[in-house]
Amino acid sequence: MTRTRKPGVSRRATLAMMGAGAVTFAAPWVARAQAKTIKVGMPTILSGRVAQLGTSSRNGVMLEIEKVNAAGGLAGRQIEMVIRDSKGQPQEAARVARELVNTDGCEILIDAEASSGAFAVHEVARDLGVLCLHTNSETSALTADPKQHIPNAFRTARQGVHDSIVGGSYAAAIAKAKGLKKWATCSPDYAYGRDTTGEYVTYLKRFAPDTEIISESWPKLFQPDYTEVVTKILQAKPQALYSCLWGGDLTSYIDQANIYALFSQMEVFAVNMADYTALTVVKNLPKGIHSGNRYIKTYPATPENAAWGDAYKAKYNEYPTNWSWENATAIMLLAEASKKANSADGKKIAEALRGLKIKSPFGADGTVTMRAEDQTLVGYAIGWGTTIPQEPYVPQVQAGDWKTIFELEAEWKKSKGYT
Amino acid sequence: MLPLDLDALTGCLASSACLVTQTTSGFIIGMLLFLVAVGLTLIFGVLKVVNFSHGAFYMFGAYFAMTAYQFSGSFALAMLCGAAGTAILGLIFERVFMSRVYGADVLMQLLVCYAFVLIFDDVVRMIWGPEFKSMGMPAAFQVAPLFIAGGVVPPYYLLLIGVALAAAVILGLGLARTRIGKVIRAAAHNPGMVSALGINTGLIYGGVFALGGMLAGLAGALAAPVRSLTPGMGFSVLIESFIVTVIGGMGSILGALIGAILIGMIRSFGSLGFPLFTEGLMYLFMVIVLVSRPTGLFGKEVA
Repeated sequence: MTRTRKPGVSRRATLAMMGAGAVTFAAPWVARAQAKTIKVGMPTILSGRVAQLGTSSRNGVMLEIEKVNAAGGLAGRQIEMVIRDSKGQPQEAARVARELVNTDGCEILIDAEASSGAFAVHEVARDLGVLCLHTNSETSALTADPKQHIPNAFRTARQGVHDSIVGGSYAAAIAKAKGLKKWATCSPDYAYGRDTTGEYVTYLKRFAPDTEIISESWPKLFQPDYTEVVTKILQAKPQALYSCLWGGDLTSYIDQANIYALFSQMEVFAVNMADYTALTVVKNLPKGIHSGNRYIKTYPATPENAAWGDAYKAKYNEYPTNWSWENATAIMLLAEASKKANSADGKKIAEALRGLKIKSPFGADGTVTMRAEDQTLVGYAIGWGTTIPQEPYVPQVQAGDWKTIFELEAEWKKSKGYT
Repeated sequence: MLPLDLDALTGCLASSACLVTQTTSGFIIGMLLFLVAVGLTLIFGVLKVVNFSHGAFYMFGAYFAMTAYQFSGSFALAMLCGAAGTAILGLIFERVFMSRVYGADVLMQLLVCYAFVLIFDDVVRMIWGPEFKSMGMPAAFQVAPLFIAGGVVPPYYLLLIGVALAAAVILGLGLARTRIGKVIRAAAHNPGMVSALGINTGLIYGGVFALGGMLAGLAGALAAPVRSLTPGMGFSVLIESFIVTVIGGMGSILGALIGAILIGMIRSFGSLGFPLFTEGLMYLFMVIVLVSRPTGLFGKEVA
């Protein structure tokens, strides 16, 4: 092996490099000082198994950004979205979030991560003090636990405990009416599946004390075959089944349970069924599965909601997901808060966001509110209904009662030691 | 809940209804696994390579079947497309890529296969999209399940078990009785000698790889009506197939059959008796077999 010694870097080259370096470092600062645009950073999941949800988050955001920019942007500054893939990995989400603020000069973060990533981005927001809107994480503790509370972070998504309260009371009413005492559960074996099922069962038993769980199944996340789980449930002969399986796992489960005629032998409550990603994929959707609403353009049954769903469909050629409306809501709130504060400054927007009530297609009464005390979204449409195999898929949705939700949520927080 | 639920298990063993349901459920899981595993074991037996990308053929079989079904509405054609499509794919893959790494380092073969696991997943993503799909159950099988001695047996699963068993019998007899079968066995034993006798071993190798791919594709096609289709769906099936071949013995068709049925039964009855330890039970069984018979139940000693 021969080695040729390269001559050292010349003085001229050194000067040139120093010059280039100085420009590089100075440029963002100069650019930012003069900028009319405001950059908003958004880490989300654009590759891997749940890429579809990340894409639908991006779509939800972009649909609203267009409107806001057309109306003049945030206090006169046009919004420029910087959207990056986190691949669904928490450490990557945190890294991307930090980079978006420090290197790309984003002044606001839209955290469109699943719960695992959201807690990581939350720590970045705590560290940098940047305004951060969590749009997808529904894990209650993110805003309910006072240890997590920071003045610059908000949640514009559902909250797990709200879903459980509404789901539990809906199920209990049906259990009483139909005499369903023996229940089985079947949920994916990871944090979301275990927590959600636990909370649901708690509220089911609270509203209908004579129900009991006679069989539990915990298939792995993304398990290809559920036959043994299906037959196990058939053996146990429950009167009702609860499941929080979702996406492809749920559709597999339905296909496999269908040929055992499971749906004719018990009432099935599947919280994640009424989402277009699952509804449009299942070919032989059984009639009468009880499900919570995720996003459905017929509930709330208002022209505003239907128009929003149709506009989304027209632009992206598919229906919105649960993550779409949660992300769209973030932009709607941001625009309204900025208008109220008459500023695009993160701190001033945060101040205006607390307690802000806006008109929204996704509101139970046409409005949603950013609750001041724990900075999370309330008043959104939440309800349960039964499925039919074609549009509108869930013709009748029974609305959850926000008064009851608030009472029981307060009680739940106390029991957790949060208040 | 306790990790052990022996009451449920003994209660089930005592009831004919439960026994029938759980046994067929074990067979269903087992027979699909068998189709994938037998291709793996066949390719290893003859070509001496561990085809790490075998799960991709299962995935392609499912996607081919779904596409054919959407266009034609014929279930039989869907199955045929799933099997034939992957056979052709297997042949091309073997001739163009795998044939270049025979005799190379095992690590090299693994790397080539692993590269194709990723490439094939992305190809599926490009053609069919990243979201999950469902083929849907053909109308002919959308009927009420049969009740045999009180146990529940879906008719579609009877067909599935029948097809897989037929494949096992044809394969076993074909290898043992026919001339081609003898040549394949001879090529497995001493390829140099077979080649010296004027037989085109390249053709044999390509054919065996295509056959292996076809069986995996058939498994994918049969599974398509009941499992959701996603890029990367072959991976978990591949892992279980490896367990099957390790238990049954690398290179043994009978071993793959018995191994697959055993795994199916462990899953089916294990989920009753050991609800929190069903996965672990599978691996535990594999460890026991490996310790007591390192070559697997039906594996031959390496010469």
